[in-house]
Amino acid sequence: MTKNSIMRTIAAVCSVTFLAIVGYAQDKPIKKDLKFTIIPKNINNPYMVIQSGGAMDACKELGIEGKVVGPSEAGASAQVPYINTAMTQRQNAILIAANDPNALVPYLKKAMGQKISVVTLDSDTAPEGRSIFINQASAEGIGQSLVQTLAKEIGSGGDFAILSATPNATNQNTWIKYMQEELKKPEYKDMKLVKIAYGNDEDQKSFTETQGLLQAYPDLKGIISPTSVGIAAAARYISSSPYKGKVALTGLGTPNQLRQFVKDGTIKEFELWNPADVGYLAAYAAAQLASGNIQGKEGETFAAGKLGTRTVGKDGVVLLGPPTVFNADNIDKFNF
Amino acid sequence: MSQHQTSTRRLARRVSWETILALLLLFAVVGGTFLNKDFLTAENWSNLLANFVEIALMALPLSLIVITNEIDLSVASMLGLSSSLLGLLWEYKLAMPLAIAICLAVGALCGALNGFLIVRFRLPSLAVTIGTLALFRGFAYIILGDKAIADFPPEYTGFGIGVIPQTFIPMPFVLFIVLALIFWVGLHHTTVGRSLYAVGGNQTAARFSGVNISRLKMLLFIASGVISALAGIVFTFRFSSSRADNGTGFELSAIAAVFLGGVTVQGGKGTVTGVVLSLLLIGVINNVLTLADVASEILRIVTGSLLIISILLPNLIASTRERWRLMQRQREIAKLGAASVTK
Repeated sequence: MTKNSIMRTIAAVCSVTFLAIVGYAQDKPIKKDLKFTIIPKNINNPYMVIQSGGAMDACKELGIEGKVVGPSEAGASAQVPYINTAMTQRQNAILIAANDPNALVPYLKKAMGQKISVVTLDSDTAPEGRSIFINQASAEGIGQSLVQTLAKEIGSGGDFAILSATPNATNQNTWIKYMQEELKKPEYKDMKLVKIAYGNDEDQKSFTETQGLLQAYPDLKGIISPTSVGIAAAARYISSSPYKGKVALTGLGTPNQLRQFVKDGTIKEFELWNPADVGYLAAYAAAQLASGNIQGKEGETFAAGKLGTRTVGKDGVVLLGPPTVFNADNIDKFNF
Repeated sequence: MSQHQTSTRRLARRVSWETILALLLLFAVVGGTFLNKDFLTAENWSNLLANFVEIALMALPLSLIVITNEIDLSVASMLGLSSSLLGLLWEYKLAMPLAIAICLAVGALCGALNGFLIVRFRLPSLAVTIGTLALFRGFAYIILGDKAIADFPPEYTGFGIGVIPQTFIPMPFVLFIVLALIFWVGLHHTTVGRSLYAVGGNQTAARFSGVNISRLKMLLFIASGVISALAGIVFTFRFSSSRADNGTGFELSAIAAVFLGGVTVQGGKGTVTGVVLSLLLIGVINNVLTLADVASEILRIVTGSLLIISILLPNLIASTRERWRLMQRQREIAKLGAASVTK
């Protein structure tokens, strides 16, 4: 070996080592050939479609083979066969929006026992059923801001109602709880919650429930519907009824669904986080878990692509951020 | 001679429907094995068998009810009521065996209410059980509201998700096998069982031959209530979750399995073997399609089509036979007519 070639070899080895060290320090690598199963609450729910789409985008960026499967109805037990199937297919991670906080836990535990990483998004299970939960926004923040928005529109006085999803929907019930907390504040003493109606996240039922509310409470000043199915159905009814312009409507919904009602004045403002980002963040968290870079412990940080670096909070919760408020001025900037 | 002929024909038809089901099942299993390398694993079969156990339990008494030309649409609501009640009683710190016994007793009461309305007032079971479908589900919501109870003791939830040691057979499935055997013996090897066919075939004739139809139907609806309550208990432990909406819509799956199993809508026909085969067939098809990542809407289309075919096919066969017989008779009459004219 000539002296020259020895030098060249040393240089090459050094540079490779150096690159490896730098690479490690900057960004822990994501394993190759990972396979993810994404299980939405139910598969034909437009909101869930967007959320799963975001997760699939992240999978594509990371070179992960992802797939979206799930039940057509959002029953407590309907997701279990899909969890079992993911185990049988030896997937590396399950991303799931849980239909029930408890019913899935024994099956998810079994999956984690088989070294499958479990991330919940949108709706959580009991903490022992997953490593990380991607929370779209803090429940407290949502409850407060929905009441604030409505108060702004109806001048802090009068009767209002809530049009929710099913009576046992985890999310909706938590948000409603925080709305009620917020209402205890003195500035809302003239606002009265007269009824919580349940549209079961079915369009027809939500429509007739809205109709029923307005007939039963002729003095109703406003409706808060913290569900995308509910708010769209309520908007459709109000916009074609004599109540249009007299009853304020706000809540959580998607811009594409509510664009026409914002433009025709039925809705002044509504809120939502970007569901695609929820899915995207969940897929990144799952990839980091499946690669062994994080364990879901409080204080761990991980890279989440275009969303930057995120920190795991208490109980393995990762927060996406505050919701976006949509109104006539900004709605055309969003397409989902 | 002709009587002998019809009875052999009936026998042939009955055997053939179960044979068709068995062949379809074989076909589905072989197809599944070829389509997916994970299909024939112990773990997968464990999931497959556990998946439909509540529906399978409810389908057993339901088959007998349909054989007597009645129906019970309230089974899934009784499941939900039993599940909610179990949760409530457990929350009130009742001993689990006592809570289970109370749930079964309430199931019997619900079934007795169905039976009473149908037998005593001669009301159509379709209408009565549509009513109690809503009524019992309503009770479930009154009991539990929007709450969910989840902290069941591990020895019971262990039964729900566990398998028999060293095998892949889920514990709740054993319960189904035992009950299926009891129903099989009861329907095919006892006088009571045979009288069910008589009631479904011709109620008046059955009454004249000394069958106590009212008592029989009452017993069937009570059995349906008890077993639906049992299914509710199994469901609760399998998912360690007691909720008022548990099992919503299961009645349709149970009825589908009964019809596909060869129990006819008109009553008087059907076997336990047929129903068990159809349950397995639906279970395997669902499993194979899920493993192949087929969307769940497609899955429903497949089950729906199977159900329609299962009702349509025997009817088509019967009507073609009938038409053929008519044609033959007309030909004979024509021949006779021609003969008399030539005379």
